[in-house]
Amino acid sequence: MNTIASLHKGEIGYISEESLDFIPLKLLEMGCLPGAEVELVQIAPLKDPLYICVNGSHLAIRKETALQIQILKSEILHV
Amino acid sequence: MSKNDIKVALIGNPNTGKTSLFNQLTGLNQKVGNYPGVTVDKKLGVSKLSSTQNAIITDLPGTYSINPTSIDESIVLKTLLKKNIKESPDVILVVADVENLKRNLLLFSQIKDLEIPTVLAINMVDQMNRKGITIDLSLLKKELNTEVVLISARKNEGIKDVKAAIIRCHVAAKASPLCGINNQIDPDYFTKLKEISPNYSLYELWLMVTQNNYPETVTKEEKEKLLAFKKDVSKLKKYQHKETIYRYQEINKILKKTYIVDKSKAKDLRGNLDRVFTHKIFGYVFFVFLLLAIFQSIFDWATLPMDLIDGTFAEISDFAKSNLPAGVLTDLLSEGIIPGIGGVLIFIPQIAILFLFIAILEETGYMSRVVFLMDKIMRRFGMNGKSVIPLISGTACAIPAIMATRTIASWKERLITILVTPFTTCSARLPVYAILISLIIPDIKIFGFLNLQGLVLLSLYALGFATAIIAAYILHKTLKVKTKSFFVVEMPNYKLPSVKNVFFEVVEKTKSFVLEAGKIILALSVILWFLASNGPASFDNVEKNTIENTANQNFSEKELQQRIASIKLENSYIGILGKTIEPVIRPLGYDWKIGIALITSLAAREVFVGTLSTIYSVASGDENTATIKQKMASEINLDTGKKRFNFPVGMSLMVFYAFAMQCMATLAIVKRETKTWKWPLIQLFGMGLLAYVASFITYQILS
Repeated sequence: MNTIASLHKGEIGYISEESLDFIPLKLLEMGCLPGAEVELVQIAPLKDPLYICVNGSHLAIRKETALQIQILKSEILHV
Repeated sequence: MSKNDIKVALIGNPNTGKTSLFNQLTGLNQKVGNYPGVTVDKKLGVSKLSSTQNAIITDLPGTYSINPTSIDESIVLKTLLKKNIKESPDVILVVADVENLKRNLLLFSQIKDLEIPTVLAINMVDQMNRKGITIDLSLLKKELNTEVVLISARKNEGIKDVKAAIIRCHVAAKASPLCGINNQIDPDYFTKLKEISPNYSLYELWLMVTQNNYPETVTKEEKEKLLAFKKDVSKLKKYQHKETIYRYQEINKILKKTYIVDKSKAKDLRGNLDRVFTHKIFGYVFFVFLLLAIFQSIFDWATLPMDLIDGTFAEISDFAKSNLPAGVLTDLLSEGIIPGIGGVLIFIPQIAILFLFIAILEETGYMSRVVFLMDKIMRRFGMNGKSVIPLISGTACAIPAIMATRTIASWKERLITILVTPFTTCSARLPVYAILISLIIPDIKIFGFLNLQGLVLLSLYALGFATAIIAAYILHKTLKVKTKSFFVVEMPNYKLPSVKNVFFEVVEKTKSFVLEAGKIILALSVILWFLASNGPASFDNVEKNTIENTANQNFSEKELQQRIASIKLENSYIGILGKTIEPVIRPLGYDWKIGIALITSLAAREVFVGTLSTIYSVASGDENTATIKQKMASEINLDTGKKRFNFPVGMSLMVFYAFAMQCMATLAIVKRETKTWKWPLIQLFGMGLLAYVASFITYQILS
């Protein structure tokens, strides 16, 4: 299964509906929502943290968190 | 403050220009207070809304949501849940960043559901063209059912509109929820929740349950009923998730109609700068050079004002002594209080300059990139990318540094940062190092260009950082602290720092140092003065005896007074204390005189120099380092007949000052921040033991 951590730099994915329960509330509140487009902007020199852009928010999250958030590499239909 | 003033709470996401707006609204009418029971600073300001109407504006800490994850953020929830008329806000002013409106509206939607009159100020609208954004303001007002104002706080545009909107909003006093959480998620559940009390909005009750935070106005009965809702934790969590998603759906619907971004018009500086600042090699190189440049400027710029403060207070002290009637009160003033205040103020230049740099780095958005670069490295040592800021601040003073750890959400990472910060070389250690280095390290150049004395000073800084890191690693491996570690940092847009914001930030940080550390340093100075100028019965005869004993030695009046001062100190309570601890510190190479200086260093480490100058009978007020240095250089160790401050003793002392927790003010702050004496005591004894053992080894090996 793909997660945010498996994206390459500059690549885009879409957060899957299934990962809702694994996204910490705070990240959700910051715009990391199921269905949202997420871009991996930059990877820190030591491969961690990851710098992502989701729903207009530019965020740095740790790899352990990124591994919990599943993504699809192509857009899915969502409500 | 009058009764008619409107109480406004200012809320917003971090990096939305909330502080700029606060500064524009209130100007210099600001003061910092404390929230009862917690340590977060409360910033209040008065704003003149119209010729007849004032507002008291409270600047709440920046937060992304009303659900808190750090102490700073929990203040927002506590303030908003307050129901007593004195403290609860009349109007809430939410600041949002135009570029990130969607996310900012999440917080707005939560606030709106509290059913308190709300004004939304959309900031940075001067950026709209550049970012390709257009807003249908009148439709947005209608959809959000609230006052909406477009502003540009940095350019001072739209501030009048904000003021007018606050008044209109206060007069209308209408408040209705935006989303209404009940109808979508689980109607039965939320209907039951609402039935508990008619005094609170549904969302308020929901927050009480999810955040376990009950205002004083909640009755015992109500609280019991609310607690029943807490039983099913997984359900709560699930509903919170659903609530957030629902809010975003509603926000999306509204923004679709009112907010258009034409991405083709957007120009972005971010990407290019990020590529440089977070580059795997250049990113670190730049950071290291930046740090070196900052430290260099602190030393260059602070020396002059510090000398000025030092000299001025010596003069004031002398003036008081020679112009006031002689007596205990004059002595207290000239030898206790005035030098005590001087001992606090002397640190201001270094602290202000360092915080000037830190404020600029934070304002520009660069600091978030440092956190991003350093997080993985710091995590190996049980800390956090955000720990870098306290560790840098610690080189000025541990007190503001420890207060800067509040943004770290993980308790364990925050605690470790607090515990190791005092190892960094603070400005109070500098005078001690300076005089010892000048005594024991020859002033020569190695390899033709490296100054050996400077090199030793640099290695003492390195020793401080290295010890902090090693101590953190040991704590990381041994501390069993339960913690929910979760890390997220926003990477804000780069922007030029605002002079006004930087200025206020520096003033505020410096003020908190003067007030927090100042009272303790001053109080200790007075106590130590008392102990040094009083003693058991024999103490009173010192002056008479000295005059008699030295009658045939042809001392000048000045030399005689110095002699008396020195012998008085020896026979005072503090002298007795120094002699008592002499057996303990002898293995480190110290005698009772140094013992006295160690004790007086408890006020602030740099007092070491002043105390020795008194003991070695250098005239007080004449704090010329050269003379103290000469006296110290000629001091003889009676056991060996050689110099007291030889290489082994000097090294041993520097090691001791590098490690020992001698600063009472820091201990007090650690107690306040950790809410228990356990951690400051662990610091005091842990660092003390380390200092003792390390100095012992240093002295024994070198001598």
